[in-house]
Amino acid sequence: MLSRRIIPCLDVRDGKVVKGVRFRDHVVMGEIVDLALRYRDEGADELVFYDITASPEGRSVDRTWVERVARVIDIPFCVAGGIRSVDEARAVLHAGADKISVNSPALERPALIDELAAAFGVQCVVVGIDSLRDADGAWRVRQYTGDPDKTQALPRKTLDWMIEAQQRGAGEIVLNCMGSDGVRQGYDLEQLSIARAICQVPLIASGGAGAPEHFRDAFIGADVDGALAASVFHSGAIAIPALKHYLHGQGVAVRL
Amino acid sequence: MSVVLVDAGGTNIGSVRYALQRLGVDAALTADAATIRAAHKVILPGVGAAGPGMARLRELGLVELMRTLTQPVLGVCLGMQLLCAHSEEGDTTCLGLIPAPVRRFVEAPGLRVPHMGWNQLRTKQPHPLLAGLGDDDQAYFVHSYAVPVGDWSLATSDYGEAFSAVIARDNFHGMQFHPERSAAVGAKLLQNFLAL
Repeated sequence: MLSRRIIPCLDVRDGKVVKGVRFRDHVVMGEIVDLALRYRDEGADELVFYDITASPEGRSVDRTWVERVARVIDIPFCVAGGIRSVDEARAVLHAGADKISVNSPALERPALIDELAAAFGVQCVVVGIDSLRDADGAWRVRQYTGDPDKTQALPRKTLDWMIEAQQRGAGEIVLNCMGSDGVRQGYDLEQLSIARAICQVPLIASGGAGAPEHFRDAFIGADVDGALAASVFHSGAIAIPALKHYLHGQGVAVRL
Repeated sequence: MSVVLVDAGGTNIGSVRYALQRLGVDAALTADAATIRAAHKVILPGVGAAGPGMARLRELGLVELMRTLTQPVLGVCLGMQLLCAHSEEGDTTCLGLIPAPVRRFVEAPGLRVPHMGWNQLRTKQPHPLLAGLGDDDQAYFVHSYAVPVGDWSLATSDYGEAFSAVIARDNFHGMQFHPERSAAVGAKLLQNFLAL
C-alpha cells in the first residue's frame, strides 16, 4: 500500500532556511544541508525547498545548494523558486533535484507547465498554488507570496487553476492554504476536501499543521497524499518519528 | 571494479551517481560503447518518456550494444522499462531484453496517477539482488507506467493491483523505484547489485 508522505518544507533565503508567519517576518532556522540531513535521519519521506525570494526578484533558484543537498540526501526532494523555462528546470534537475515546483512563473505563463511536462514527464512537474479566501467566499490564487510587498491577488479562482494545471501536465499539486499558514490551527480541511474532489494527481496539503491530529485529519478527512509542514518540524514541536507512529496507530499508512 | 552509468539523458543521472559515491564507487558517466562494454557493471538510469529514451539510445548507437552486454546490467525506473519488450507509452518498441510489457496505470477512485511515493516491496522470487530485504521495507516510486507481474518479477508492489517492482532475466535487472532516493533500503539494493 502506498504510504502517505510527511514532507518538511524548507524555505530558503540567502542560502539559509527561514520561516515566516503567514508568509511574513522571516527568521533564520538553520543551514540547508544540516536541516536536510536531520529530517532525512528522522524519517521524512521527502523534502521541499522553496527559494522564496527567487520569483519576486525575477531570478531562478540558486543551484549550488541543490547540488550540495543532492550529494548527501538519499530521499527525494523538490525544488521551487523562480523556474521560468525548460532550461532553468533542466539545470535544477541535473543538479540533483527529483522534482521541480512552479508557482508564480506558471501564473505568469501557464504554457510553462505544458513545456516542462513535455520535456521531463509529468512526474517531475509539481504546481504549487497559494490560495486565500476572499470576502465573497471564493478561494483565489496569490502570486509572488515570497515577498509580502510584491504579493498580488489574482482574479483567477483556485479550483479553476487547479483543473487547468492538471490539464497542462501537473504531476502533483501542492495547495498552500494561506489563511491557515503558520498559525498551527490545522490544515484547511474544507478547502482541501473540495480540491481533492477535482484533483486526479497527488495532492499535498500545506499550511496550518500544529499537532499530530492535524496530519491525521488531512490524511483521513481530506484524503491528501502528503502533508507539508515547516515550523512545527523546525522548532521540534512535532518529532517526525513520533508523528509517524501516531499516524500508524490511527490507521494511516506510513513508512516507519 | 568499474561501474558505468549510461548517459541516455535521464535527469536522475546525478542522483544515481551520488548514491554510488555514498557506497564508495565512483561511476563514470559515459555514452562510449567501448567503455560500456568493458565495465564490470552497467547502470541505465532514466527519467522521462519511453519514446525519447529509446530515440536517445538509437542516436548514441547503443541499442545493439545494450542487447549484447554480458555483465550485470541494472535499469532504474524508465531504464528498467527500456529493458522490456514494449511500452504503451508512445507505443514504443524497447530493448526486448526482458520479455515483459509496460502498461499505463489505470486511474480509479483513490488511485492517482502518477504513482508517487513510498510503497512496500514484497519478495516474489529470492535473488541475490534482494538480499537482506525485509517485509516492511519500502522504496520510493514515481511513475505512470508499470510492468505487470510475471516470470520476470523478483519483487512486487501494490497500487490498485500488484505490479513488478524488481525484475530480472539472465544478467539484466530492473528496479521500478528509485534506489538512489530510497534511503537505507535503496542503498542496500544498490549494494547488492554491485556485489552480483
